[in-house]
Amino acid sequence: MEARDRGGAPARPLWTIGVDIGSVAVKAVLMRDGEWIDRRVAPTGWNPGEAGDEACAELLRRNALDPEGLGRTVATGYGRNAVKADGRVTEISCHAMGARYLFRDGDERCGVRTILDIGGQDSKAIALDRDGNVVNFLMNDKCAAGTGRFLQNMAMMLGCTLEDFSALPDIEPHAVSSMCTVFAESEVVGLLARGVDKRALSLGLLDSVASRAEGMLRRVGLHEPVAFTGGVSRSRNLVGLLERRLGCAVRVSPDSQFAGALGAALLAQKQARRGRSAPEAR
Amino acid sequence: MHDIDTILETMREAIPAGPVRIKEAVEAGRKVVGCYCAYTPYEVIRAAGAIPAVLCATSEKPIAAAEEHLPRNLCPLIKASYGFALTDTCPYFHFCDLVVGETTCDGKKKMYELLNRLKPTYVMQLPQTVSEDAVEQWRVEIERLARRLEEALGVTITEEALRREIAWRNEERRTMTEFYALSRRNPAPISGRDVHMVNEFFRLSFGDPEALELIRTLTLRLRENYDAGERRVSPDARRIIVTGCPTGKSVEKVFDAIEENGGVIVAFENCGGIKPSYELTDESLPPYEALARKYLGIPCSCMTPNDKRLDLLEGLVGDYAAEGVVDLILQACHTYNVETFQVHERVGVPCITVETDYYQGDVEQLATRMGAFVEMMG
Ligand code: SF4
Ligand code: SF4
Repeated sequence: MEARDRGGAPARPLWTIGVDIGSVAVKAVLMRDGEWIDRRVAPTGWNPGEAGDEACAELLRRNALDPEGLGRTVATGYGRNAVKADGRVTEISCHAMGARYLFRDGDERCGVRTILDIGGQDSKAIALDRDGNVVNFLMNDKCAAGTGRFLQNMAMMLGCTLEDFSALPDIEPHAVSSMCTVFAESEVVGLLARGVDKRALSLGLLDSVASRAEGMLRRVGLHEPVAFTGGVSRSRNLVGLLERRLGCAVRVSPDSQFAGALGAALLAQKQARRGRSAPEAR
Repeated sequence: MHDIDTILETMREAIPAGPVRIKEAVEAGRKVVGCYCAYTPYEVIRAAGAIPAVLCATSEKPIAAAEEHLPRNLCPLIKASYGFALTDTCPYFHFCDLVVGETTCDGKKKMYELLNRLKPTYVMQLPQTVSEDAVEQWRVEIERLARRLEEALGVTITEEALRREIAWRNEERRTMTEFYALSRRNPAPISGRDVHMVNEFFRLSFGDPEALELIRTLTLRLRENYDAGERRVSPDARRIIVTGCPTGKSVEKVFDAIEENGGVIVAFENCGGIKPSYELTDESLPPYEALARKYLGIPCSCMTPNDKRLDLLEGLVGDYAAEGVVDLILQACHTYNVETFQVHERVGVPCITVETDYYQGDVEQLATRMGAFVEMMG
């Protein structure tokens, strides 16, 4: 979809950047006329602003773009106010936009109605209408129950890595009833002491995350197709357990980590096209 | 066009002076009666010559101290109220002669039992439903309060004084209602943060006619300047009504999250805002009956059923052309939290429930939630 001036001559390409400052990693995406050109991911570290600015600068540098040539930058994520950007949009809207891009069917049809996003710090369930607009969303409360942080703590306890969670053999999960990191920890210690199989426990922990996610998805209004984004979606077992609970397919993408940044870059495209004189959308 | 900011500044500066004014009043021989709840019939306290003072209850500071006596999973409003009293950090509590409580929610009524050890606390038995029997019961309770005040303060409450105070309190309600009604205009002439500040100023004005005059002047100027084209609020801001639990200092984080992320609060259907003031006391009825009818009519979630709140909210959504409703719930407030389901059913516009406490740890999450809520409206 080549942008053209009214006269018919090819317009200058519209370059935008979307930058997603998460609690663990900064993700930046470079886009040209709605097409995904380049990506960059770096640890957030102690200075989210600097990490975000650096990621954007790197994208410009290696694509030989000068800042003047850049149409617009939109920031999202918890650190969105820390970076230099022309607009700031919450991760809810960006994830919705990014998921629509990742899971588009054909050219423009929206291939997703419900999105589950489990990141390091929080989890979200987002409901979209047929046109892909956000109509409802839920976020977990302050505690870490059901988030990447929860799984990370549990992996540490079991002496495995988060990645091990995705490569478990096909056995029945052993139920873990506590959702709270602290209580789950003592429960797991007790179960291990009683000789419960470690792998069955790992699966049980994943299933407790799946059950938490199921609750959120049903409350937000579950409609198919369902997509799962965020770092935790890399766990194949979790996807499987979730599908079993929901009784439907759950779409995942190897690029899910970039969903927020992609959405931000796409929104930047949209906003820039709407005209640079328009008031800043927040 | 600058006088609006001057007036707002004057009000903002007057708020911290509240304790000094109470101290001076006490030194001049005035009596102070502490209160917590919108069901407290101010008119009776004023007719007894005393100042009804709302006690501190909206900061996280004294909560740790309160938790030495109270369970942790209790509403922060109750814990803070008790904590302020326990640590003697509420100047109004310090100076008051008597505290008036009501049997509203369970947590509050049990807390008053402990509070009574720190300061004489008179608890009014509030019916939990609205009926003719309940009105009669509440009338008796208000008369009982009057007798107790007469005894404690060594005064006589005359019918004339009651009628005078009913008229004055009505005047206060009318003034506030007129001020609130400004935000029916689109775009709103004033931000919700400023409205909330004016509420605070009003609360700490202790019936001072000059303070009320200042609020009238503010209303007038806002109207004039607006008609002359002044716009203090972006026309793009999404119009939000806040409903739910009582508001105050520590939950201003929610208002910031709304107004810094593309929204404007056009009405507060809470006890600090429209809820207690939108109906007047009927001045043609015998005073105690009139007060009983007025106060029992407050649509608080402690009442069952409480359809009146849903009617009020639905009406406000229309009158203020609201595009969204933020249902603010204090953690562990069962009554408002359970009513949430009905609120979502009734409002007819996008609605989001935010459960929070007085700690500031969730400000980032609130910004995301409120921002996304506003973005959702397109
Ligand atoms: S919400 Fe109900 S209990 Fe709380 S102050 Fe208002 S009237 Fe009283
Ligand atoms: S907010 Fe709820 S729990 Fe707290 S005092 Fe008011 S009614 Fe009771």
